[in-house]
Amino acid sequence: MSVLVFTENWDGKFKKLSFELASYASKVAEMLNTNAVALSIGNVDESELKKLGNYGVKKVVSINNDTLKSLDDRAYTSVIAEIAQKEGSKVIILSNNNMGKGLAPRLSVRLKAAIGAGVSQLPLSTNPFTVYKRAFSGNAFAHLELKTDVKIITLAQNSFELIETANGASVENISVNVDASNIKVQVKDVQKQTGKILITDAEIVVSGGRGMKSPDNWGPLVELANLLGAATACSRPVSDEGWRSHEEHTGQTGKIIAPNLYFAIGISGATQHIAGVSSSKYIVAINTDKDAPIFGAAQYGIIGDASKVLPKLVEAVKEVKGK
Amino acid sequence: MKILVCISNVPDTTTKVKFVDGNTKLDTTGIQWIINPWDELSLTRALELKDDSTTGVKSVTVAHVGLIASEPTIRKALAIGADDAIRVNAEPADAYYVASQLAEVIKKEQFDIIICGIESSDFNGSTVGSMLSELLDYPSVSSVSSLKIENGQIVISREIDGGKEIVNVSTPFVAVVQKGIAKEPRIAAMRGIMMARTKPIKLYELIAAEPLTQVVSFEMPKPRAACKFVDAENPKQLIELLQNEAKVI
Repeated sequence: MSVLVFTENWDGKFKKLSFELASYASKVAEMLNTNAVALSIGNVDESELKKLGNYGVKKVVSINNDTLKSLDDRAYTSVIAEIAQKEGSKVIILSNNNMGKGLAPRLSVRLKAAIGAGVSQLPLSTNPFTVYKRAFSGNAFAHLELKTDVKIITLAQNSFELIETANGASVENISVNVDASNIKVQVKDVQKQTGKILITDAEIVVSGGRGMKSPDNWGPLVELANLLGAATACSRPVSDEGWRSHEEHTGQTGKIIAPNLYFAIGISGATQHIAGVSSSKYIVAINTDKDAPIFGAAQYGIIGDASKVLPKLVEAVKEVKGK
Repeated sequence: MKILVCISNVPDTTTKVKFVDGNTKLDTTGIQWIINPWDELSLTRALELKDDSTTGVKSVTVAHVGLIASEPTIRKALAIGADDAIRVNAEPADAYYVASQLAEVIKKEQFDIIICGIESSDFNGSTVGSMLSELLDYPSVSSVSSLKIENGQIVISREIDGGKEIVNVSTPFVAVVQKGIAKEPRIAAMRGIMMARTKPIKLYELIAAEPLTQVVSFEMPKPRAACKFVDAENPKQLIELLQNEAKVI
């Protein structure tokens, strides 16, 4: 028996979310009195693989296969299912991100395993196996019982802390047979953002809404984000107007995020927007309207015009950070 | 080419949810039901593809798993422009149950492109579309933000963490779509509403499928503390609070 965690790497380096997943998987393994095993697909060198051991994983299974260079959900599902069966995994953990959302449900059918999607904390109990997950777009939470022998959890990003341990992990390189003729999804082009902090990874997100008044006014907001090492984001009207790209849209139909700190600047806080950001640990709202709904979700607020408040805020950050 | 859009019936996104029966069931009193927002955008994109004569799309069907009470939502999809509809007469139990019902229908009806919204705004599972593809053994592409048909070839843009990929996929396949697939959902015109009354809704009876999960109970989020306001003339105070009180910067 084991807990299997599916890790993700970017050009051979693990993303932070992989260490979050490893930390979470190790704690679930403790609850079940077993060990966490990590699966890595891709060209990742041994020193990088061993880093997973710093987060409690006891063993890393590494697969480097050219046929799996790009993501085909069906092929990846076969590989993860094969390893899960080989390792006797009773719980399989993936990220609730673009990749995990595609793979976990296929795996659920393949292994006849119940799935708890978008889970944000450790299971409430292991017998029965019950998880706590967001429902009704964050307006409620559900206690969901996973009734099958094997369970799958997708973990919401930024919802679990990194827990470092002194343990080391063994690495097992294995080969798998993947029939290339079964690969039906052909990747023609990859367009990666470079040098930009991803909204879903970011611990701080600085987001602007219609109260920014014009796409030309984004300079101080971007400067604030840069000073804080934050990602920039926006509300739906802003992306619909084309002021900022769709990739920056946070909200119910955009990206659902859970950073440590979320700045909502000139965002009134429609239900759909709050649904996408309400899992943030702290929300700071800046708005001219003292009755704006965003203040109901925020811990800290400033009533004021973004164009006047933002430059002062930038100066305050510079002062505090000694820049 | 035939497109199927799977639609879910959800409470309006501004609904203040309440629960009954010891917090085990949604209180449906006074709820206005709508097409799940991601499914509505999926339908919009499917109809745009049909409107474009170069794509070869001949029909757009919607499929829904639900009891008769959800027919107004199906009629809305028909009013927006879907050609016909399928309803599986079953109360949705969980995502696996719903996907199992849809898979049986698709095996009988045969579609080239099946589109599902990435999640529904009630249970936020993000699972039905990809489950469906596995049940059918079809290829699937998740996090789709653009779907085109160019010279008979399917061209999809899917989001990856930190970028996007352009992929080709052969039919039949399942696209699990998200924001970006269409800009604004279509609104039903009066003519569409009138025509929807005469469009066919094919009824399928449920198949046996065992749900894999069960909601034990719901709970409301813990109330947040009241917002602490800082003088707009003194934002330094905010930074100090974030440093010393919240300890997040």
